[in-house]
Amino acid sequence: MAAAPARGPDVNAPVLETRALDKRFGGLHVTRQVSLALQAGERVALIGPNGAGKTTLVHQLSGVLAPTSGQVLLDGADVTRRSQAWRVRSGLARTFQITTLAPHLPVQRQVELALFEREGLTGRAWRSIDAYPAIAAEARELLARLGLAEHAGWATERLAYGEQRLVEIALALALKPRVLLLDEPMAGVPQGEGDRLLAALDALPAELAVVIIEHDMDLVFRFARRIVVLAEGAVLADGAPDAIRRDPRVREAYLGH
Amino acid sequence: MNEGTTTSPASATQPLAQPATARPSPADAVAPRVAPPWRSALVVLAIGAAAWWALPEQLGLLTRIAIAALFVLSLDLVVGIAGLPTLGHAALFGAGAYAAAIFALRVHADPLLGLAVGVGAGALLAVLSGLFLVRYQGFTFLMLTVAVAQIVASLAQKARDWTGADDGLTGFTMQPLLGRFAFDLEGRTAALYAVAALAVGLYVARRIADSPFGLAVRGIHENRARMAALGTPVRRRLIAMYTLAGALAGAAGALSAQTNAIVGLDSLSFALSAEALVMLILGGAGRLYGALVGAAVFTLLHHTAASINPYHWLFVVGGVLMAVVIVPPDRAWAWLRRRLGGRT
Repeated sequence: MAAAPARGPDVNAPVLETRALDKRFGGLHVTRQVSLALQAGERVALIGPNGAGKTTLVHQLSGVLAPTSGQVLLDGADVTRRSQAWRVRSGLARTFQITTLAPHLPVQRQVELALFEREGLTGRAWRSIDAYPAIAAEARELLARLGLAEHAGWATERLAYGEQRLVEIALALALKPRVLLLDEPMAGVPQGEGDRLLAALDALPAELAVVIIEHDMDLVFRFARRIVVLAEGAVLADGAPDAIRRDPRVREAYLGH
Repeated sequence: MNEGTTTSPASATQPLAQPATARPSPADAVAPRVAPPWRSALVVLAIGAAAWWALPEQLGLLTRIAIAALFVLSLDLVVGIAGLPTLGHAALFGAGAYAAAIFALRVHADPLLGLAVGVGAGALLAVLSGLFLVRYQGFTFLMLTVAVAQIVASLAQKARDWTGADDGLTGFTMQPLLGRFAFDLEGRTAALYAVAALAVGLYVARRIADSPFGLAVRGIHENRARMAALGTPVRRRLIAMYTLAGALAGAAGALSAQTNAIVGLDSLSFALSAEALVMLILGGAGRLYGALVGAAVFTLLHHTAASINPYHWLFVVGGVLMAVVIVPPDRAWAWLRRRLGGRT
């Protein structure tokens, strides 16, 4: 593990907060009164059995779904009614459970696209994409950091699966977020390719608040300094990994099967 | 590539981990680069000028090809770049055509002013219909584009005083181009005018497609949800691209009105939309030059097949289209290259 996560003592408002978040799909109650606060630099794992509502919660955080009631706050500001694009500009980025990149774009272009988006340049319709050397350089630097420099010219679909997940992380980092939601970054990644992903996760900026959804318990206990357990849409437990590991309710609901 | 000559930043910083797979060749690390936007425009101008000079008997055909190419180019921005399947593109073409003709008839007969009016009319109709259309995707989008085009066509049919309805809109004579080059009966001015307009249109389309905006629209084409997660205002970008395409389609319509001195309801027809889509598929969507190749091949094929057999030319076109769809052009090229390579 890299440096221990800094708890940002000077920051008062949490970077990300939910207040009594509730989501119903008709009669189905998938998120129940979820209240969480996330400080800068925290490494939180969101775990829970299948169907516990983890992805639905992430969708509400990122703005894909609107909650039935409750609030989502970024840096203390209510963004519950704000679009996904607004939240990204306010510093909330996410990756997807299923790799969802543009398959035919070259890797370098893919990252440049995220950078153009961060800089608010995708409305520019006249100057060539090659006429932004700072963007190209930053994209190369990001790819190099993730060990993808040699594939910069490849169409993204040609990359190995684990490398595509690395590109996902590159895209999220390109947005320079303060909160990063990682939706099962290791899902479907073959054994041999996992190490590079783990290294990439360890090297995430220290001040970045990270929420990771993951089924791989080794990764969860290695990565997270705090674990939130969801069960049937509600927060069952929230605490340090050791406490969670010992919590009898958690063992019953999830770990002790 | 600049990086080829200097030290690569990739080697300067320490990668986190080495790839487990076999080392790719240095060429893979080279970032993609786009071609200069003027290159293809110059090629079009050169080919057009050569054809103009060498085939004085076929200037009408050359004009038709250039106008069709501009129209299909516009369609490629929508279908190939933005990934929005449309069968109503003729509405934008017809809007430009009628606007230019009405402008020439009632306001001013200067061709460049009329062209500007056509561009504006195409863009205006595109932005108005786009505000509604881009909320939908796939088949819904497709059906709604057909519906919009049908509505525009029936409005044109009703507004007989303005459009001449089934009789077509005639009776306007364009003033000389730039005040000097009169539109002659052989169509010498018309052909050069159309080719020049196509070259400008291609230059503009190339710049747009290779800009950050164009890249974002390509991204939306490939993966809408992912682009939204990057913070892209998806609908706004699509409306903008649709409007730009509308401007180009309007230009093509205006050129058609001015060089033919008549606008009929066929310029708003479903058949024209469908034909343009066939041309685009024939040439290959998403690369812009494919639109030009498709338009040229289709128009030439139409011309030759129709002169051989005026009633059954569609057979030939259908056959060629089938062949292209079943055997993609790049595979045909590879096969041809193998054959030629084997012989020598």
